[in-house]
Amino acid sequence: MTTSTPQLPGRSERDPLGPDPDNPPPAGVHSLWRLRSYLRPHRVALVIMVTTALAGIGVAIAIPLVIKALIDGPITDGEVDPVLPLGLLVLALGVLEAFLTWWRRWIQSNAVLNVETAMRRDLYAHLQALPMSFHSRWQSGQLLSRATTDLSSIRRFFGFAMLFLFINILQVTAVTGVLLAMYWPLGLVVACTAAPIVWLSMRFEKEYVVVSRRVQDEQGDLATRAEEAAVAIRVIKSFGRSRFVSDQYETAARQLHATSMDKVRLSARFWTFLEVIPNCAVVVVLLFGAIGVGRGALTPGELVAFITLMLSLVWPVSSLGIILAMAQEAMTSAARILEIFDTESDIVSGTRTIDEPRGHLRFEHVDFAYPGALDEPVLRDLNLDIQPGETVAVVGATGSGKSSLTALVPRLFDVTAGAVTIDGVDLRDLDVAHLRQLVATAFDDPTLFSMSARENLTLGRDPETNPASDAEIQEALDVAQAGFARDLPWGLDTRIGEQGMALSGGQRQRLALARAVLSRPAVLVLDDTLSALDVHTEALVEEALRRVLVDTTGIIVAHRASTVMLADRVALLQDGTITHVGEHRELLATVPAYRELLAADPSLEEAVS
Amino acid sequence: MTATDWRGVAKADEDERNERIERKFVGGSGTLLRELLRPYKWAMWVLVGIVLVENAARLSIPYLVKEGIDTGIPPIRADNNLEPLFVIVGIVLLATLTQAVARNLFLVRSGKVGQDVLFEVRRRVFRHFQALSPAFHDDYTSGRVISRQTSDVDAIYEMLETGFDGLVTAALTLVGTAGLLLFLDVKLGLVALCCGPFLFWVTNWFRKSSASAYRVTREKVALVIVHFVESMGGIRAVQAFRREPRNQEIFDDVNDQYRAANLTSFRLVVWFMPGIRLIGNVTIAVVLIYGGYLAYHGEVTVGVLAAFLLYLRQFFEPMMEISQFYNTFQSASAALDKLAGVLREQPGVPEPTRPEALPAPRGEVRFDAVDFAYVDDRPVLEGLDLRVPAGQTLALVGTTGAGKTTVAKLATRFYDPTAGRVLLDGVDLRDLTSDVLRRAVVMVTQENYLFSGTIADNIRFGRPDATMEDVQGATRALGAHDFISALPDGYETAVANQGGRLSAGQRQLVAFARAFLADPAVLILDEATSSLDVPSERLVQQALRTVLAGRTAVIIAHRLSTVEIADRVIVMEHGRIVEDGTPADLIASGEGRFSDLHEAWLDSLA
Repeated sequence: MTTSTPQLPGRSERDPLGPDPDNPPPAGVHSLWRLRSYLRPHRVALVIMVTTALAGIGVAIAIPLVIKALIDGPITDGEVDPVLPLGLLVLALGVLEAFLTWWRRWIQSNAVLNVETAMRRDLYAHLQALPMSFHSRWQSGQLLSRATTDLSSIRRFFGFAMLFLFINILQVTAVTGVLLAMYWPLGLVVACTAAPIVWLSMRFEKEYVVVSRRVQDEQGDLATRAEEAAVAIRVIKSFGRSRFVSDQYETAARQLHATSMDKVRLSARFWTFLEVIPNCAVVVVLLFGAIGVGRGALTPGELVAFITLMLSLVWPVSSLGIILAMAQEAMTSAARILEIFDTESDIVSGTRTIDEPRGHLRFEHVDFAYPGALDEPVLRDLNLDIQPGETVAVVGATGSGKSSLTALVPRLFDVTAGAVTIDGVDLRDLDVAHLRQLVATAFDDPTLFSMSARENLTLGRDPETNPASDAEIQEALDVAQAGFARDLPWGLDTRIGEQGMALSGGQRQRLALARAVLSRPAVLVLDDTLSALDVHTEALVEEALRRVLVDTTGIIVAHRASTVMLADRVALLQDGTITHVGEHRELLATVPAYRELLAADPSLEEAVS
Repeated sequence: MTATDWRGVAKADEDERNERIERKFVGGSGTLLRELLRPYKWAMWVLVGIVLVENAARLSIPYLVKEGIDTGIPPIRADNNLEPLFVIVGIVLLATLTQAVARNLFLVRSGKVGQDVLFEVRRRVFRHFQALSPAFHDDYTSGRVISRQTSDVDAIYEMLETGFDGLVTAALTLVGTAGLLLFLDVKLGLVALCCGPFLFWVTNWFRKSSASAYRVTREKVALVIVHFVESMGGIRAVQAFRREPRNQEIFDDVNDQYRAANLTSFRLVVWFMPGIRLIGNVTIAVVLIYGGYLAYHGEVTVGVLAAFLLYLRQFFEPMMEISQFYNTFQSASAALDKLAGVLREQPGVPEPTRPEALPAPRGEVRFDAVDFAYVDDRPVLEGLDLRVPAGQTLALVGTTGAGKTTVAKLATRFYDPTAGRVLLDGVDLRDLTSDVLRRAVVMVTQENYLFSGTIADNIRFGRPDATMEDVQGATRALGAHDFISALPDGYETAVANQGGRLSAGQRQLVAFARAFLADPAVLILDEATSSLDVPSERLVQQALRTVLAGRTAVIIAHRLSTVEIADRVIVMEHGRIVEDGTPADLIASGEGRFSDLHEAWLDSLA
């Protein structure tokens, strides 16, 4: 779907980094126009919607005209015969109008929801394909507002504003024509008042959008404060600062109160305005219409029809402004969504696969810098050769580039120079999905999803082609010392994560480790995976891991000497490059910088000895 | 595995199921609403007055149209006398103006009451959450605290913003119009009002079905949002584990469920709106036929017929709106219920009725035969006796679940003991106001939360009146001044997103500076250094010596390097003290748990 949308003109001149979450893209009709492909499957529905709406206008105009005939019949001409047939005609037209409304809405509800759902599906698919370099700059909340608020605003445009923009203009023109034909001086008055009303209601709506945004922002600010106070409640309590944060919250709430009152006042004016228009219209029509009737220029039935028709114009005219403002909002939303569709992944998949992977991992003269900070290299001229089945620990101070190094292996990021190879094949030549099957990572910050424990564990296994057997799951749980997962209230079917059972940091890490083990990788990356475990559990995990690592290539980012002991060799990472490689004891004895990182305070050793 | 069983089972599902579908403002929500509105009794009467005037003006207009046609036109026909018409048009104009003024006044005034109530709700709920004990927060979880203050308050906001005005206007219009129709012409009025039962039936059907449809939609959209946010937030794991196809499958499923739920609820409107329109149109046709005959027989005038048409138009419009508000009322009622539930909670550690003074705390902490259990009959501490003299640095060591953190929570009065007493300088903690206690006892945990704001604000958190010199004095003493000065804006650097720019060690130093500046007599550190790497930890150890000088400290230690600065070590197991002595003594003894732990640690180094 995304490939079928044409490129935005001028895109190449934009920031090479792609869209910026904090700067809204330029919006215009072309943004909405580009989304038209989503309407294509619903062409028939659109035709029906427009036809029924047009027919609806016809009926809406016809009814007052029949009423006019009905009133003029018995009263002006003293005829009783036409009452019943005309009345029945009004009845039939009334039923027809209700049916047309029903049919249009029935078709429309299905079509617009399908459009919205399709756009949301494509948006999600595209976002999943976008690389870490994109996601590290966009918070999930910003993306969510595109998937919900912006899509709803586009849905409202396609289902409502687009249709009524057309229909209302048509209705206003047609009805005004009828009014002019009926009694032109009054018709002229009506025609002249329409334009300023449209303009005023559009201006109101725009102001309203501005003030609503302000209220939303301040609500967001207040929510942040509430969130902070909830998360940090223990800090606040232990410093006895409840009153302080409460006062701060109250100040912000008071500000919101003031802004909300601005909004109340504005919308009060707006709604009053909208309600007063028809009454003013009635005043004018009554005055001139009654004079017209009195002088015989108009029949009583025409006057009643005139008032009814004129009142039927009130909504189309005043809503025109709202619809235009809605269209503008939809354009902005469309631009915000296209901005994501136009971003392409800079991680391009290769085509090669390795049939019998041995797991020989090599970093060759690797340079790396994060996109957006190309002048601040994180890794430079890094060389490391890890033999099949070998385990290497990477040790380095905070900020030396350890996590960046591990992110290169599953191609979450690409090197800026040099190459990473597996069994001699450049990662960029490999099929990405295949590569990520070869490599499994247990991250320092274990991500658990609000799903069953089983679903979380089998994240790296395809349920169709390569499902994990129960025995495999049990084994992985054993390795990671994550047996607690079996004792959850519903066993492995228990939902964990944000929306489920709360787990401790250590438990989460062990599940993440079990997940990595369960995907049976050729290369296992452990990014400081054991930091939240207590010494006892850590020892048990390490013992079990040793068995797994025998025939798996491993990279372990480590902070503690105990973790380093898992590895065959240790690589010392300093300022983005590897300065020493060797065995733990060897480095401990010969490299002061290494001792500095892994040995504790020397004064304690003196105190003890 | 199908697309449906990925979600797993959780306790919340059962709670949700038990939630009532139909809600009314009774019980907790009703009491709370009445209480909140009590200060506005007079304002409410004024509002009622205004709204009556407004509706009277509005409803008079079609009647005046009738007068215009029936009594304004004949004089023109007779002798071109425009005066009666001018008088009537003048009255219409007056009514229009009155309506406009009253309408505006009503919207602003009722908006003010609504916003005032909302402010009071926010204020009350926030303060109450602050007053509730950490024990409550442990159970309730921050997620629920947040949603009480966001989505629930928003639901009330929604009701006040849209529902209130609509409901009042709709109700008055219905009653007023019905009365006027009967007044204009009893027979025609009765015929017109025959539509009443149909209207009632359709509206009632819609109200009931939309309540459950709305609830399903809310549930489904929550699924979409959770799955979306988690996929994007955890995109690193998603991509690293090639999760995309399965995620897409799940997302398509929840996305489609949301579509289906929306469709159900849209389709209700699809039936409802034309349904009301149908009833309206049929009524108009019937009124016209019957009215036509009556007019033919001279029983009604053209003006009456015109007024009927105008009134009927007003009659059906609010019916369409009134049902839309119903969902707003539903969720507002549910929200008020939950908020009332929270406000009913009593703080677990109440303020003393007759507080003791503690002018210059020395910092002696004593546990006197303390029992404690989080859950009944599963004691964590039993008969704990412990005296920490003023100025001592005590390290608590032991396995997970030994009761170390419980000791810290009791010493800071996050919890009260089940039996026995915790004393500060000989005064029971339960006799101290929280202001006095918090000035004397401060705890630093490993979460070391940094608030949004500047670094200086964060350090000043415990003592907002501290000058910049005080702040820098603290950071210099802790060796944190250098890295803070090196930041882009120095002390004024904004701590974005929980201190993302700072390393764990630096954040910990800021947290220590915060505690140091607060200058408590007793400082409790709960595994405050466990997340640090060795160089950062070394940095923090240095700082700790400065922080701890001259005050009582209880350090809960995960690592032995922390213990090194302690005067005294206590090893705990199953809620009891098993070893007690200076670190050197315990190590020198060559036996016992501490000595074993120490040896194992030395082994790991070499």
